Parts: sequence; structure tokens; C-alpha cells
Amino acid sequence: MQREELERQAATRRQFLDGFAHHILVCAGLGCLHNEEIIAALREIIAAQGLEQQILVRKVGCMGLCALGPVVLVLPEETSYQTVTPGDAAEIIAALGKQPIQRLLLPATLPFFTRQHKNVLALSGRIDPESIDDYLAAGGYTAVFKAITEMRPTDIIREIQESGLRGRGGAGYPTGLKWSTVAKATGKKKYLVCNADEGDPGAFMDRSILESTPHAVLEGMIIAAYAVGADCGYIYVRAEYPLAVKRLKLAIREAERKNLLGHAICGGAFNLNLQIRLGAGAFVCGEETALLESIEGRRGLPRPRPPYPAEKGLWGSPTLINNVETFANIPPIINRGAAWFAGLGTEKSKGTKVFALTGKISHTGLIEVPMGTTLREIVFEIGGGIPGGHAFKAIQTGGPSGGCIPAEHLDTPVSYESLGALGSIMGSGGMIVIDETSSMVEIVKYFMQFCRDESCGKCIPCRVGTAQIFDLLTKFCGYRATRADLASLEMLCDLVKNTSLCGLGQSAPNPVLSTLRYFRREYLDRIVDPIPPSPEDKS
Amino acid sequence: MPCTQPSQPSADPRWKSLDRAMQRHDYRPDALIETLHAAQEVFGYLDTDTLRYIANRLQVPPSKVYGVTTFYNHFNTKPRGEHTLVVCTGTACHVKGNDRILAWMQEHFGLIPGETTPDNRLSLVEVRCLGACALAPVIVPDGTITGKTSFAETTAIITEWLGNAA
Repeated sequence: MQREELERQAATRRQFLDGFAHHILVCAGLGCLHNEEIIAALREIIAAQGLEQQILVRKVGCMGLCALGPVVLVLPEETSYQTVTPGDAAEIIAALGKQPIQRLLLPATLPFFTRQHKNVLALSGRIDPESIDDYLAAGGYTAVFKAITEMRPTDIIREIQESGLRGRGGAGYPTGLKWSTVAKATGKKKYLVCNADEGDPGAFMDRSILESTPHAVLEGMIIAAYAVGADCGYIYVRAEYPLAVKRLKLAIREAERKNLLGHAICGGAFNLNLQIRLGAGAFVCGEETALLESIEGRRGLPRPRPPYPAEKGLWGSPTLINNVETFANIPPIINRGAAWFAGLGTEKSKGTKVFALTGKISHTGLIEVPMGTTLREIVFEIGGGIPGGHAFKAIQTGGPSGGCIPAEHLDTPVSYESLGALGSIMGSGGMIVIDETSSMVEIVKYFMQFCRDESCGKCIPCRVGTAQIFDLLTKFCGYRATRADLASLEMLCDLVKNTSLCGLGQSAPNPVLSTLRYFRREYLDRIVDPIPPSPEDKS
Repeated sequence: MPCTQPSQPSADPRWKSLDRAMQRHDYRPDALIETLHAAQEVFGYLDTDTLRYIANRLQVPPSKVYGVTTFYNHFNTKPRGEHTLVVCTGTACHVKGNDRILAWMQEHFGLIPGETTPDNRLSLVEVRCLGACALAPVIVPDGTITGKTSFAETTAIITEWLGNAA
């Protein structure tokens, strides 16, 4: 299909949407239970009152404030309602164009809404994820048109390099550099892979992006494939995310129908065939080389690097692997330019980042903030602080590969470098808030159990080391540890971190190391022969 | 392709559906994981006959098929019970008390994750994060996500669900 035809279809859809006086958008994400019943109840009342021509009820993606879901947004008034039930439908419709319902109202001045900067999530909660026309009407796929019809692959790669975008999967490798390596690699066949194997427990950014704006990810992938010269791509997504898989499948089908995927995309000479590969519940498959093994139908055992996948990836061919959020960042960079993106964030960490706020925090949900926002702003302003009058103890970033950051570092601006300096990592964006009621040693034991269970067993430091560290932590939890155990713990962490084959093992000791650094007292208190507090001990 | 096609183990139409899944991928050995997903979807679990048939069809050594099957947590080689309780043990659910739910399940039903009661009535499955952390602690009785509940409420939900499902 040609560009003009798609632009005409987008205009038709916009005209249709503009024809309604009111839009009622209902979050149909995984976290807003009973949304189907709410939509049915609203539609029933609209039909009964004969208002089908005036009011349009639409299911949309995640609006972010999952803690107060199900969330309903009324347009054009921009009124948000929280914890809506199907029984509220009549009242919502009666209040259209009048005073909003105070009982359900979410104030628009809530810092959760005003302090965010939405870029990747801009269309999340605004469009129907199961409608490509909705995405087109909102300006979707314009970046693909621009890239394919107006830009050369080298121009695109330069744009991405100048934007300063870094991989959102965790390691923060410069995206433009990766693209240019794959583009320069020799070989007839090149592959493209989207890593949607979001394994960190407590992280759901990628799930939400795939459920809310699957076309944005496809759009980023099409541009990437065009830039590096790949004609075959895989999206490796967790089987635990059935709704995301369903919407992704539908999005691929719709994009193929409109010739945005497949042969001669946009009437040009560029082809791209995308397939979904389902994960099967192995955390290690989030590691890029293990993921490639899994796509090839084998056990997810990591490969030694180098060679990096950019040179030798799927079936030995150059392969570009990026995370879901990285791909979703591409269309706005192409549309608005590298300078706009580089103007956001800090010197070395550009743009915005999506975080999943969970644990002991009032506003559990999904947020997007510019890099450089402090942890304090995220937890206490946007996140609404700790519920139940408890005190903040630590924030855990980066999942089982990350660390725990204590209260004294809450004013740290979030960036790849600053979190690394604190002994944690940016990771994919999970942030778990821990309050004073939780024991740090217990939480670290939980993460170590996770790593022990998920270790693939290929290299000895990770396979044996995580089990040994877990056993030591169990002794600490049972107040049975000795001073020798503490020494062993530190020695083992150092060994596993420095000698494991892949990222899983190399980062598995991070939770232990960061808590030994900031919460050492909790370990000392669990030693059979307690050591009296000394002035240099941190609590 | 094999010279003689391995015949389907029985006339059960589910084998045909498995064949169609393999055909969609041109019987490529690298589509093994996709095939296992398809097989588990139609049969509910992966027994030795199924694995042997897939190995023959895709020309993959049986040892490799078994190795892949047991490597991934999602695949189960034993049948599930009539009812399945999925308990999320992601970090948010753990912090909010699902570790106590697992302990309670063991105490009341003698079940640890991955096991089924001897009367084949209930299976307990542990998942590492469904990504519905705002609903923590999350349990999924027979496919219905339930969350935002206290320990007492969760155990009451499980008891009631099993009572109703009797």
C-alpha cells in the first residue's frame, strides 16, 4: 500500500473519531481487572439511551496508575476516574459534559500525572491497541514513511547515534553503535531480534508497551531492519504474557495487510518478515546469546562473547538485538529528530525511561520520566510515598541483577552511571520499594534463590556459586552464621561476579554486595557471635 | 524429510493438530520449542510418546527433545490436575506475602509448586512474575487473575474456589 493511501485511511479514521462529542476510554491492560464488564456496561447504557452517535467507548492500553485501576478517561474533558466498577457506568455517562463525579475523580493535578514526561508511553492509554487505524490516526507509521522514502540507511543510523539513545534492556550499550556494527557486518543474510523476554520479577514495562502500543514496537523494528539491512526478524516474548502475545500477533497481521510488513514495504524494494517466538519460562533467555539459542530451538545456554551477535548471531549471521523499549523509542527520534531526544536527560544518559514502580509504594504502576530525575521525586512525588505510615528503607533497581539503594542516596539522579556507581544497575526499569518492615537479608535471599533456580548450569561459578551463596544467606536468615561465613560470602560474591560466563552470573551477587555495603549491620546482627557496633558501620 | 513418515501414535485428532503446527514451520528442527508449545496446548502436558513422535517428525535426537523440554519451566511432563492454582512469586508478590501462601498450600494440601494432589484434583504452579505487580499478591485460580488481597482473604478465596469447584 502506498503512503498516500495509508494517509487517507488515517484521515478517515480521525474524521470518524472527531465525530463524537465524548470519548470514554477504558484501560484494557492486564492490571485493570473487569475492564470488559465495564465496557459492556457503558455500551449497554449508551445503546439504551440512543447515544451511539454522540459517545464512543473505546478500550485502550495502560494509563499507568495501575494501583487505582480500573482507570477510565473521559475526553475531551480529560477527566480520569479511578477504581471504576461496571455499576458506575450510568453515573459516568450522566456526568458527561457536567461536573465530574467527585467520588471517583482522579485529580489532574496529581504529581503522578504532572511530573511525568511521556514519550514512549505518549499513546499508551490513548489508542486502541488492537486497531492499526487508531495508531495511524494518531500519527503512527509516519516515521516508517519518512525513514523509507526520505532517508538512506546511513542517515538513520547517524540520527540514532546523534540522539545518544542507549539500550533500554539494562546494559545501556549505545544503540546507534550497535546498529552501525550490524550494518557494516558482511554477510548476505542479517537478522533482527526484539528481546521481549522481560524476566525480571517486578518489572512490567515491556508487557505494558506491547499491550498498549504494539505498533510502536513494530514501527521501530521496521526502521531498524531497513537501517541495518535485515529482512527477517523475530520477537522473542514471554509465554507468561498471553495478552501481549495476542495483541502483538494481531498487530503483525494488520501491518502485513497494510503492506507495512512483508514484501515491497511502502512500495519500495525493502522486505521484512516478522515472526513471534514464544519463550518458555527461562530467565536466562533474556541474555542475548541465550535468547538466540532459544530461537534456534535449543536450550537457552549463553554463548561466549565475542563474537558478539552483531557479527555472529542467529545461525551465524549478523543479528541486531534490541529491547522492546529501545525499539519503541525509535519512531519519535525519527519524527522529531536527534537533537530533540538529546535535549532530554543527562549528559551521558539521554531521553526518557519507563519504570515500573512496585512494592511498598502508594502509586504502583508505570511511569516515564526524563533521565536525571531523582529517586526521591520518583518515590515520594510521582509514587506518592510509602503507604501505611511506614518509613522508606531501600529501593531495589534492576531486579535480581541489581542492587538496593538506601535512603541516604535518594537524591541521586537516575542514569546508567549514577546507579552503577551506587552498586546497582539501571536494568530494564523495575523499581521495587522496600519499607522498614522488610529484612534486607531475607529479600536478598529471595533474589539469590531466584538466580540459583534460573542459572542454566553451563558455567560452574554461576551454577555452584549461586547455590553456595544461597546456603550462606539461609544461615544468616536463621541467625546461625559465623564470621567465617561472612568472609566466605564476600569471597564467593567476588568470584561469581568476575568469573561467570554471562550477565546472569556476573550480576547475581549485586543484591548481596549492595546490601553488604549499605545494610551491613543486618548481616552482623545475624552472626551467632555478634560483633559490637563500631562507628564506621552503616546501619 | 524422513523417507518413511512416522505414523501418528493413535487416531486421536489432536495428533493431526500437532502435525499442522509442525507443518506451519516446514518441520524445521529449529521450530522445536514452537512445536512443544503446540503439543502442550493440545495435550495439556508432554509425555514420552509425544516427545518421541516430535523427535521423529522433526529429525531431532530424542535426547535433545527431552533436554529442551526439561530445561524450560513452562513445559510439564506430567498431567495437571482438574484444577490449577497459579501463584505468582515475583518480587512484588513475594514482598506482599505470597511466600506465606505457598507455605499455607503445603500445610493444607501437602503441595509444593509443580505437584498435583494424589486424587488428581489440584495442581499448584509457581510463576516468576506475571507482570501484574499492581495487583500483588497475585494468584490465578483456573485462569482468573485475582489480587490486591490480604493473606486471610487470599486463603479464603482459595478455599471457596475449591469448595465451589467440587
